[in-house]
Parts: sequence; structure tokens; C-alpha cells
Amino acid sequence: MILTLAFRNLFHDRIRLAVTLVGILFSIVLVAVQLGLYLGSSRMITNMIEKTNSDLWITTFGAKSFEEGGLLLTPGQRHQALATPGVKAVIPMVSAFAEWRKPGGGSTRVAVVGIDAEDGGLQPWNLIEGTWDDIRAPDAIAVDRSYLKDLGIEGIGSTAQIAIGRVRVRALTEGIRSFTQSPYVFTPLQRARNLLNMDGEKGDKSTFFLVQLEPGANLETVRLALQERLEGTDVLTKAQFRDRSLGQWLFKTGAGIALIGGALLGILVGTVIVAQTLYSSTKDHINEFATLRALGSSGSYIHKVILAQAGLSAVIGYTLGMIIALLILYLSRNSPLPLVMTPGLAFSLFALTLFMCAISAVSAIMKVTKIDPATVFSR
Amino acid sequence: MTNETPVLEANDIVKELGKGAGKVMALKGVSLKLVPGELTLLMGPSGSGKTTLLSILGCILSPTSGDIRLAGQSTLGLGPEQLAALRRQHIGFIFQSYNLFPTLNAVENVRIALDVLGQKGYPAAARAEEVLREVGLGHRLQNFPNNLSGGEQQRVAVARAIAASPSIVLADEPTAALDSENGHAVMALLARIAKEQNRSVLAVTHDPRTLGYADRVVRIEDGKIVGEERRPEGVNSPEITDLTKKRRKANA
Repeated sequence: MILTLAFRNLFHDRIRLAVTLVGILFSIVLVAVQLGLYLGSSRMITNMIEKTNSDLWITTFGAKSFEEGGLLLTPGQRHQALATPGVKAVIPMVSAFAEWRKPGGGSTRVAVVGIDAEDGGLQPWNLIEGTWDDIRAPDAIAVDRSYLKDLGIEGIGSTAQIAIGRVRVRALTEGIRSFTQSPYVFTPLQRARNLLNMDGEKGDKSTFFLVQLEPGANLETVRLALQERLEGTDVLTKAQFRDRSLGQWLFKTGAGIALIGGALLGILVGTVIVAQTLYSSTKDHINEFATLRALGSSGSYIHKVILAQAGLSAVIGYTLGMIIALLILYLSRNSPLPLVMTPGLAFSLFALTLFMCAISAVSAIMKVTKIDPATVFSR
Repeated sequence: MTNETPVLEANDIVKELGKGAGKVMALKGVSLKLVPGELTLLMGPSGSGKTTLLSILGCILSPTSGDIRLAGQSTLGLGPEQLAALRRQHIGFIFQSYNLFPTLNAVENVRIALDVLGQKGYPAAARAEEVLREVGLGHRLQNFPNNLSGGEQQRVAVARAIAASPSIVLADEPTAALDSENGHAVMALLARIAKEQNRSVLAVTHDPRTLGYADRVVRIEDGKIVGEERRPEGVNSPEITDLTKKRRKANA
């Protein structure tokens, strides 16, 4: 009967129910979009790091993110790393921003990623046209299809200029988007060095070393050993470098704080609306709750009715909110910053909705707790 | 005078309402016993303390002093949850304004009294339908309160009060909102409940039409019991007389 009474109380006043549901729906959509953007941004920022086949990253000291690593690691440092017990391979990699001159005029910024796929550290994934062998051809590069317009090119065969070097698109990827909105350009290691090494002094230097360990080697032991040997570097696990990149782009720039702030605002607005409507519903049904109390119901029985009302509101509001959020997600799939929804986020949003509604029920519960059952005789 | 063991006993009940200069002594040492099988009327003018006494007897209000013994248990010092537990186990309530749940139909309105007792599912639904048929509402089981007449609503309230088989039924002005015909029907129903089901029924009223159904009339004025009389059998209702005789014969 608790659910029946809660359901009937809820649907008794359809307008108030609509207001409650709009409040929850608004809150869910806002939180889903904000957290979807946050997740989408996080994935973009960490995608390159996650896709590498490496146990440790060696970066220049204080390197802030994948795109801002500098070009300072020397071959000597690589040999020192290779000589460290437990290290199987040290794969050099180059990553830096560069100017892309469009064939039709004008320029934009790109992030050049130079690595030799044969080394087994990283290779462009989701190749929809062309192969790694095509990228190894002279002047060849791979770019993501979604950035063709931004780069001012047509597709395979198009040519452009990076810094002072001429390049030709030989392969296309799909879905490799950049949080900085500077498209990634994949090319072999030495060509990247050549493109970025305008003064000729850094022809053999790298931005990162991807370290692969011998089977059975202890990650932390090797990391500390490398850190001790290599002065002026940071030796980080994949997770540490991922967190550092996230910290740089999401928190030092304020983007992540804005997204999380928006989500918190959504939760706050939703909670206030649900609390207000639940309280007024409880107030409207206060005589019924007093009757229940007079009939001998326990306080917890009445609290359950109110919590069931809140729970039902949460389930209906969440369902409607998620439908709209998924629609927005679908529409954002080709945008510069696609939203991401994972089962974990969907579940968390549901738990959050239930929590929000339960918190909203507190004022209503406080109201019924003060009911004097004697009021049933004064009506 | 019956010698049966009282199911509810009030001893020297005092109740003060309000605080400071506004303090009022609503009850000034009231003692009363309710026994099974009797319909007692509590009559008195407005402000005499009838409803306050009913609230205290029903364990809704606590007395300032004095003791209530319900089914042999003193209510002295019990908290709100313990008093609620006593109410749901021993007392059925009938209210002047019926106090039905507008969003629940007749069966559900009765079931909720069983639900608070922990009786759920099919047995509770069957019991709710059974008592509704007992009060003559077998054809109105699925009707919502707004589709029932005042008399029918009060009968649903009576069904709700007796569904859990309480030993005591307390009614607050049960006929005040009803026309003459429905008023008599409800009183006859309460008398039947007292006699046939051997319950103790106490009805607060100032409606003289109810007198013919009472076994006993207690008069209260200014917070004190000022008179108590036993009614001659069957003054107005041969049906009630038969029921009373049957009960007394069975008890003899």
C-alpha cells in the first residue's frame, strides 16, 4: 500500500507532478551534458596516452601534457634508460604544436605526432583510408577525417605545409579528435623531427620516451631507478601522466571546473525544485498523513510513503531526462567536443537522481514528523 | 451494570492545554471504564472536553496526570511510537469527517489500516472486502470517496475501523455529517459491532438521535463526568434489543 499511496498522491495533482518532473529532467539533462562534456574532454585529452603500448613515460622535467612536452630528451638519455634493469624497450616519440599552412591560403595550428609504428609504441588507430606503410612514404602524413575542412584540404592526396616542410595526406583516421582543437598529424619519427626542427639543432631529440618493461619487472622499482638515472626528466606511469594532462587542460585552464560547476548547479536546481514540490505535496496531504498516524502507523511508515513518492519522481524524471540527454549526445557526435555517456555515468546519474530526490524529501519528512495526530479530530 | 473486565480504563485523568496565562484545564480528574460488547455514548456541550477525552482514551494525546490502562497495559511514560503501536493493535477510529484517503478506493481505504499493521497481499485484500460487505458496501468496493455518499463514506470508515479486529472502536461525532437515515444506519452498525463482535464502542456525540442505540450514556461538562446512565434495552430498536439479549445470554 505504501507504493500505491505514493503513486496516487503523486499523480493526484498532475500539474505539480509535471513541475517536479521538469525539475528533475532539467537537472538530469544539465548534469548529463556537463559530465558528458567532462568525460568527452577527458577522453580526448588522455586518448593518445591510453593508446600507447607503454608502461612508463619519460618526459622532460615538468612536462605539462602530451602536446606540451618540449623537444629536449637526448639519445644519451635513451641509452641510459635502455641500460636500466627491467627495461625492455625505450621508444622515442615526438609531439609538438606546429603551424599548418592551408593550400588555399591561411594557416592553423596542428599537433604533430611523430613515432615509428614498427617500434610497437603507438600507431594511428581507426585508419579508414590508407595504411601505416602509406604514411611511411616520403612527405606522407595521416590526419583525422573530421578535421579536413579545418585544415583546408579535400582528403587523400591533398598537400599542405607544416612549418617549412611540405606534406601529403596519405591516410585518414576517424574519431581521433583533439581537446585543443589543433588536429593531430601522424607521421614517422624522423619526418616529425625534420618538420619541427627548423634550426637543425634538435634532429635527434625526442619529446617522450615510451618505456616497455621486461616481463615480471616491478613497475615502481624500475620507475624509481629511471628517475634516479635521468636528470632533468620526469618518469611517470601511464596513470600519472594521464592525470597530469587532465590537470593541465581541465583544471589549470578552468574548463573542467566550469563543467563540474555547471553539473553542481544542475544538481542544486533539481534538488530545490523537487524539494519544493514534494514539500507542497506533503502539505496538501497532511491530513491524510495525520489520519495514518491516528490509525497507528509508525513514523517510518509515513516516511516510506514520502520517500516512495520521491523515488517514483526520480525514476520517471530520470527516464525522461536520459532520453533527452541521449538525444543531445547523438546530435553532438560530429561536433568538435562530442559528449560521452558510459554505463558507469548513466548509473551514477541514476544514483545521483535518487540521492537528490531523497535529500529533497527531508523537508517533507520534517513536516510530517511534526504532525499531531490529534488534528484528525479538529477537522 | 456489567461485571466484565474493562478493555480500557481511565483513572483520574487531568489534561491541561496551552501554556502560561492561556492554560486551560480541559479534563479535571475523569475516570471511565469501557467493557466489551457495549456501546457507550459520551455526550456533552461544546468545549466540555469530549474530544480531548476521546484523544486521550485513543492514546493520541497523553494526559497531564492520571493513568490509562489499555488491554491491561498502562500507557504511562510511553513514547509516540509505542502509543502508535497500541493504537494499531487495539483501537479503531471513526471520524466526523470520515478522513478517507481521496486517492484510494473503498477496498484500499480499508486495506491501509491493515497495511500499517503489517497485513499485506491477498489476505488483507480479502479481509478488506469482507468487512466492506459486512457494512453493506459489497457493491461499492472499487468506488473512490468522491463517488460515495456521506453515509457510504462513513460506512467505509467503520469498515476501516473494524478491519483489524480491534477490541475498542472510538467514534468522534459519527453522525454529525449525516442525514437522519444515514445517521441511524451508522449507529445501528456501531451497535451491531458492539454486540455481535463483542467490541467496546465509544461514540462522542451530541446528537439525541443516537441515544436509542446506547447501552450507556456518559455525560461530561466542564471537564468532569457529571452523570452516567444505563439505557433501558431496546428503546428504539428491536433489532438492537435482540442483539443485546443474545449477548447477555451468551455471557451469562
